[in-house]
Amino acid sequence: MRILSALAVGLLFGLGLTISGMIDPAKIISFLDIAGAWDPSLLVVMASALAVSFLGYRIVLARGRPAFEPAFQLPSKTVIDRPLIIGSALFGAGWGLAGLCPGPAISAAALGEPAIYAFIAAMLAGMALNDFLPARRAA
Amino acid sequence: MDVAAFSPVPAAIGGAMIGLAAVLFMALNGRIAGVSGVVAGVLAPLRGEGRGDLAWRGAFVAGLFLAPLAASLVRGEIVRVSAPHPWWMMAIGGLLVGYGARLGSGCTSGHGICGLARLSKRSVAATATFMTAGIVAVFILHRWMGF
Repeated sequence: MRILSALAVGLLFGLGLTISGMIDPAKIISFLDIAGAWDPSLLVVMASALAVSFLGYRIVLARGRPAFEPAFQLPSKTVIDRPLIIGSALFGAGWGLAGLCPGPAISAAALGEPAIYAFIAAMLAGMALNDFLPARRAA
Repeated sequence: MDVAAFSPVPAAIGGAMIGLAAVLFMALNGRIAGVSGVVAGVLAPLRGEGRGDLAWRGAFVAGLFLAPLAASLVRGEIVRVSAPHPWWMMAIGGLLVGYGARLGSGCTSGHGICGLARLSKRSVAATATFMTAGIVAVFILHRWMGF
């Protein structure tokens, strides 16, 4: 069941990205281009997603446990540290450069644009670079 | 502001679906719907970890991948996207996104949606940081370098 639910949630998530236009790099770059022809659509997507998830999380987390797992798995770190800020800054720079982040990149991959495959291959390499180097591994 | 490109209604509907997906993932699978975390977990068995989680992680990724195809079927036309830069620039972007998301413990979905919805201080800091870095990157690339 947890495999089916993950598939359904991934599909719903991807449909949300597709309908909102967020799988289009041009749309992301127009949002970040505040000095140009600014397109605030992403702000509306975030506001709408946050309204639903803020209320939904309240209801769901008040219940004892998830349906298909023994317990909720929530991040335990609360300290704002250097890896968080440096990582987020690097992430944001790449996001602005390519107009893609991981979710939209995977959805957009279905549409057959070769340069997006280059993005995904490099993204996986970047993840492996962090996760497989023993010195510093993000949780 | 680009009034012609601004699309508040599809943005609000799509956003609500993303929010609902995050809530359902917590209610059913008990996890944060953070795409970088889910995807990185697909690589984890390569270093001998998380083999038991591979199936649901793969299913989540498959759902994301299939979504625009499903939308194309319903609409009767292929959803189109284009890359804004040549492949090697997209690859540099991908490398930064992949490495940065792991080092920073999350991306737009994990921090920007799920983390903010939990009022996590770390996610507020991460979201403010990647938004600022994205704006700066676009400013440099598009306003100074003319891409």
